Amino acid sequence: MSKEKNSTKNHNKVEFILASLIHCFKGGWLYWGWMLSLIAIVVYGAMAYGQQARYGLSVTGLSDQITWGLYIGNFTFFVGVAAAAVILVIPAYLLHRNQMRRVTILGESLAVAAVIVAMLFVTADLGQPLRFWHALPLLGKLNFPTSILAWDIVVLALYLLVNLIILWYLLYNKFCHKSPVVKRYFPVIVVAIILGLSIHTVTAFMLSGNPSRPFWHTAILAPRFIASAFAAGAALMIILFQILHITSKFRLSKGLIREIALIMVFAQFFSLFLLGAEIYTAFYHNTAHDVSAHLLFTSNIGHDNLTLSIYLAIAAGLSAFSILMVRRFRENVSLLNIASILIFFAVWSEKGLGLVIPGFVPTPLGEMAQYTPSTIEIKVAIAIWAVGAIIFTLLAKVAIAIEFGGLRLKRPVENTDTEI
Amino acid sequence: MVDNRSSRRGFLQGTVALTALLAGGCSSSKEQPKTAFEDSVATFFQDNYQVMTKDEIKEVLARVERRVKREYGVDIKCENTPPVADVAFGYALNLSKCKGTRRCVEACVSENNCGRNHSLENIRVLAMPHGTMDLNKSDHYYDHEQVPNSNDWYLPIQCHQCDEPACVQACPVEATWKEKDGIVVIDYDWCIGCRYCSVACPYWARHFNWSKPNLQPDEINPKTHYLGNRPREAGVMEKCTFCIQKTRKGELPACQEACPTGARVFGNLLDPQSEIRYILENKNVFRLKEEQGTQPNFWYFYDV
Repeated sequence: MSKEKNSTKNHNKVEFILASLIHCFKGGWLYWGWMLSLIAIVVYGAMAYGQQARYGLSVTGLSDQITWGLYIGNFTFFVGVAAAAVILVIPAYLLHRNQMRRVTILGESLAVAAVIVAMLFVTADLGQPLRFWHALPLLGKLNFPTSILAWDIVVLALYLLVNLIILWYLLYNKFCHKSPVVKRYFPVIVVAIILGLSIHTVTAFMLSGNPSRPFWHTAILAPRFIASAFAAGAALMIILFQILHITSKFRLSKGLIREIALIMVFAQFFSLFLLGAEIYTAFYHNTAHDVSAHLLFTSNIGHDNLTLSIYLAIAAGLSAFSILMVRRFRENVSLLNIASILIFFAVWSEKGLGLVIPGFVPTPLGEMAQYTPSTIEIKVAIAIWAVGAIIFTLLAKVAIAIEFGGLRLKRPVENTDTEI
Repeated sequence: MVDNRSSRRGFLQGTVALTALLAGGCSSSKEQPKTAFEDSVATFFQDNYQVMTKDEIKEVLARVERRVKREYGVDIKCENTPPVADVAFGYALNLSKCKGTRRCVEACVSENNCGRNHSLENIRVLAMPHGTMDLNKSDHYYDHEQVPNSNDWYLPIQCHQCDEPACVQACPVEATWKEKDGIVVIDYDWCIGCRYCSVACPYWARHFNWSKPNLQPDEINPKTHYLGNRPREAGVMEKCTFCIQKTRKGELPACQEACPTGARVFGNLLDPQSEIRYILENKNVFRLKEEQGTQPNFWYFYDV
């Protein structure tokens, strides 16, 4: 390869990055209003995190009894969103639906944003966040493959990396007036799909691999996680695509929405079925194994808020499913939107909080305990959501500008080869 | 592997030196006292205890002593007494004798420099209603006017120093491990504070420092061990270490010394003449939650 060619390529890459960055600063009042409010929320949350960094995790509502709460609950939820964002592109390739292929880039963007959010939630939960380097290969001492948390660190990092590579490949090629070669990036997509399943399975194993916590110690936790992640991921995509349809050059077709809605129906069915199976097992007998579930559903230790939210979640999940089951309803945009919002809420509440917190009560020594997130915890959590929104907005903005808006390299490249 | 390790150490030391240089000009020569900042930078880049060289450990111990002096104005001695050959510690507890005085808990807290601001206690004594073994019926916060209360029996629980410790398996960064004499220890300077070990433990034996431990200078026990009772920072786990600072020197753990009823028997499982071996061989002993498969080294028994 000649030096000249190399330097042109590097020049193209610099121009790609610059053009993308510059494009992030181009937007109307709606865009700036949205971004500035998100930044304000992040700054506000960062100040709350400052309190936590200074005084320790005692500023949260957590305790030795309920040692994980809002942060880890959101972590499990967003790992699911991240996984679903890519797995939903399976139909694009397996079924060769061209509609789905165009949204691959948006799925990838959502995956990147969601993985970063998940990672931030774990970091916020650490007592010594500056020591994160102890988990880095070579520098630290990662307990791999023994610790499931170490597995989680590995697969999440790989998943983020692979999705960034795919995004780069698709966008950079389009930017350089080349069309991405399916043969080249399809294998990477397969890797991403496998990793997508892995991140959520490993996150489920992280909880289910604790015999000392019978509430989680169930083999259907991983399938349950995958099913609910598909439902929530699809719901989020339906909402996001419609918003992008209104606010950007991205154009949404009815076929695409129908496709995703169909995935959502199946996922929601399996999710509810598995939840039902859990409830049966927990309630048909009254063993020590089932105490956590009994406490959660009957609220006899002052889990009041949690009990209310689990019932609301089940009600929301069932009503959404009833809407989605009927084709006529499913194809009605407003009803579909209602169902999507209901499912998103239901999964967040059932998998995020309704799964993590009850697992801690009673403690292995039979102590009853309660947990209410502190204001600081809530502020930090909202700020991390806002960081995710910022990342997705920027990625989607650039992706849409390149894919649909004609943001391209100024000089056309002579078509030598398609390699990058 | 060897190459990796040495290059990593070189990198870390280089970074420490560079940071110290940037921070304090050229003042980091050995004769001058280290500043708090230099020490915290050095602690930040400190290696995992299990792979430290002897020189590194020496430096680390001196650093711990300096930190306590700086923060509390107390001179402590921080040692790293290694495990003694042919010793494997075990504990047996006579439930007929335990009367629920909680003296063991008090002794443990003051021996092990536990924070007094939150109920960070590495022993829990459960008041159990007669006629049941169901831990869910236990009372952790009993405040009986007189112990023993006629309605209850008492069940003290602390770290069982398992042979297959779920906590060690869970730790993502190898900050906790089992020593040759059976004690499960934590490197407080390596722990990242994720609390996954406490999620995994079936005995609820691991406790987190939610804030900086509230210790008054006159409460500090100056005889400390690096892996044991040295004062902890905020954001790290801690646990019972069978009083590693005492027992590795042939003394008894504080909980046994304090027990007014003689319910506790600590000893060397490898010594056929030890009292604990007598108990294991002659009494009907049982282990709590044996079905969890963690192979605890803590037994309970009754007199009759």
